[in-house]
Amino acid sequence: MSDNLFEFLCRMGDNTLVLGHRVSEWCGHAPVLEEDIALANTALDLIGQTTLWLDLAGEVEGAGRDADKLAFHRDVWGFRNLLLVEQPNGDFGQTMMRQFLFDAWHLSQLNALMDSSNTQIAAIAEKSAKEVTYHLERATETVIGLGDGTEESHNRMQAALDKLWPYVGEMFTLDDVDAAMVDAGIAPDPASLRPAYDALLDDVFAAATLTKPQDDFGHQGGKSGKRHSEHLGHMLAQMQWLQRAYPDATW
Amino acid sequence: MVVERPTLETVWGWLDTVPDPEIPVISLTDLGIIRDVQWQDDTLEVTVTPTYSGCPATTIINLDIETALRGHGIEKLALKRQLSPAWTSDWMTDSGRAKLEGYGIAPPQPAGGPQHCPRCKSTHVERISQFGSTPCKAQWRCTDCLEPFDYFKCI
Repeated sequence: MSDNLFEFLCRMGDNTLVLGHRVSEWCGHAPVLEEDIALANTALDLIGQTTLWLDLAGEVEGAGRDADKLAFHRDVWGFRNLLLVEQPNGDFGQTMMRQFLFDAWHLSQLNALMDSSNTQIAAIAEKSAKEVTYHLERATETVIGLGDGTEESHNRMQAALDKLWPYVGEMFTLDDVDAAMVDAGIAPDPASLRPAYDALLDDVFAAATLTKPQDDFGHQGGKSGKRHSEHLGHMLAQMQWLQRAYPDATW
Repeated sequence: MVVERPTLETVWGWLDTVPDPEIPVISLTDLGIIRDVQWQDDTLEVTVTPTYSGCPATTIINLDIETALRGHGIEKLALKRQLSPAWTSDWMTDSGRAKLEGYGIAPPQPAGGPQHCPRCKSTHVERISQFGSTPCKAQWRCTDCLEPFDYFKCI
């Protein structure tokens, strides 16, 4: 049980860590100042949530690892994040489409985790849900604004959706870790979140004049850690270089 | 030697004077993030809740609390983090709200946006961005005096 709980907590924390790092790559590069600040703030929230999840994971594991150890001393195969969040930023539209597809899942996952039988998980979910509500609100507005914008922005948003859609399915698949969490009343069955997710996407894409791809093929292997995309290793090389060059450096 | 323990009221009074590191016009108690102060035997236990999970001010806040209380002679001190119930801007005191407004930051409103421009008091305001210079603020603009201003987000 504690192994499964550790895995589950790494999934939550690695999602926020990897997406937080990805989003922070925009710092100083966003199209306008307000968006730069918004992206940096979103990244900051996600990194803050990561600390909560991964510290708890380390506590559950009981091997003396804290959030920093888990973030900086694991290699690609140790990460349990969804494939969606490790995908490169692309253009601003692709970044915001990825954010929207993730936030919509993230908020309903957190809302469900607020009823978790594990009170520490419920508390982290309660804290995070307030922040993620803001993220989803902004991502939704941006997807609609750019989708229903100029011909250029519309085409870019449709291309982003087409490119990222194959990474949506993984959020709703059930494996042994999820099944153990469902049995213990810790986390919801991922599939149970799908109908509300689809309904939200239908509404937003209708307003954004975007078309959801027909093919529901979904890449797998992120949350199990078995088959990350090639992008994660490059990201970790940048994120972890200091701890790799100077192990256990502090300042 | 027996040293008398300061009363909880005295400790709260000390905490009233510790400013928020990002918005020094309000105190930590104005912000509503100090959730409890208790004596556990001879240890003073202060329970603090973060405003935003990634707010970089959180570690500074803990350091400032510790420095202030140590300065008042508290030797045994324990800082506890409490996540639930999650912090809400409803916990900000009325005096904190007034101080924010005087400082040029529109205080949080349940309606989800500022009541009026903190400078000229016009109600004609528009949102520039949901995010701002710190995690707790958003950027707004007055369409009458045209000044941009910070709005303390309502969460």
